[in-house]
Amino acid sequence: MTYQTLHSTEPATEAGSALAARAENLSVRFAGVPALDRLDLRLAPGKIHGLLGRNGSGKSTLAAVLAGFRRPDEGRVLLEGGDLGTAVEPYENAVVTSRVCLIRESGDLVDAALVKHVLGLAASLRPYWDGDVAGELLDRFEVPTNKKVQKLSRGKRSALGVVLGLASRAPLTLFDETYLGMDVPSRNLFYDALLADYAEVPRTIVLSTHLVSEVSTMLEEVVILDDGRLVTQSPVDALRGRGASIVGPAAVVDEFTGGFTVLAEEKIGGTKSTTVLGDLDPALVAQARAAGLEIGPVGLQDLFVHLTSSGQGGRR
Amino acid sequence: MFDDRSPIYLQIAEQIKNDIVTGALAEDEQVMSTNQYAAFYRINPATAAKGFAQLVDEGVLYKKRGIGMFVSPNARDLLRTGRRDSFFADVVDPMIREAKAIGVPLKDVVQHIRRQIVSADSAPAARHSARHRAPARDGAGSPDAIYGDA
Repeated sequence: MTYQTLHSTEPATEAGSALAARAENLSVRFAGVPALDRLDLRLAPGKIHGLLGRNGSGKSTLAAVLAGFRRPDEGRVLLEGGDLGTAVEPYENAVVTSRVCLIRESGDLVDAALVKHVLGLAASLRPYWDGDVAGELLDRFEVPTNKKVQKLSRGKRSALGVVLGLASRAPLTLFDETYLGMDVPSRNLFYDALLADYAEVPRTIVLSTHLVSEVSTMLEEVVILDDGRLVTQSPVDALRGRGASIVGPAAVVDEFTGGFTVLAEEKIGGTKSTTVLGDLDPALVAQARAAGLEIGPVGLQDLFVHLTSSGQGGRR
Repeated sequence: MFDDRSPIYLQIAEQIKNDIVTGALAEDEQVMSTNQYAAFYRINPATAAKGFAQLVDEGVLYKKRGIGMFVSPNARDLLRTGRRDSFFADVVDPMIREAKAIGVPLKDVVQHIRRQIVSADSAPAARHSARHRAPARDGAGSPDAIYGDA
């Protein structure tokens, strides 16, 4: 591990400053079936946001609307900040979309084009494109530039997506499950490159993923979607330690957990394990322990699973 | 490195405190910048900054403008005093409970501790390796490489 970024005191801001995004009463339907259902949320500028949810929760649809790839059926999304001036809708607005970069798992790449031509096109469309960053990342991911896109392996295609996403230095950059086909060392390269480049040019970044435990330390905020609805939006550190599991004799557990939001419960014989959401009062915890209850923290990954299981018992 | 069951910024603060208590980080020694720390441990720079800010608030670290953060001259004493206050409740009492539960006579525990006293007197504790120290002064990663020897 090397220390590549030493802008420790004054972060560079030569690129357009970060964009803020917000969704207002946003609904998108596919053939009448809601993919996003009256969603309200705000993405603060300059932070790394995690967009978490299970498959089909609406993550990709939200990312596509934010990037102006599709029009909302109801409500709207607005982007503001940087050199945009007032809040604007991204759909069919070339100025906005040049400043928003969405990298989807499919890559949205022209199969027959040479990699270097793909890069050339991005360089011409992206106002904050950094060719040096692109070159360095291509080397690190070992992506050949003289090959056609269709000749790249799945992993290299994804790596090319990462290069395009980072070198664009777009004030709003979204990676939607970009890691497809990338092995663990390549994904780690991606994460390291992302953090290094973000430290150099802070911007708004959205990582859409269900690999919660792999990315959770890199995030500052999380948006959790389930079934097209917002489950919670919170600083990620505030979610850590917000869940608790309470184990003990069923009646005692029930008495203790009465006032809390119960996320899951499980019973084996007379013993019950209940997972709750909420801040536990230390005095109450001490009292419960004295009464013979075991109280433990719930990890972020488990909390995510409980928050998005939709009563289906969706376990890991 | 970090678990996801408690806020990362608190875990960062705890680790740095540990390094100070064990002597791995010396007083007035420079610690990593938040960006170096974030890159090294693959965490969000804002989270690292929050952990460091907490330590500055607690008087464990201090800032030198434009240079970086350093271990406070009295940090080790401060932390050791704090931990000593809770040592018996946090460490010794649970040990006694465990010994009773599994049937280890307390006199055996006392005897074990006595033996430790004898060996500790003859061999001083080794200095732990530093994890959160700033890169060496002559290294390319040294802040001095950019800011010069101020």
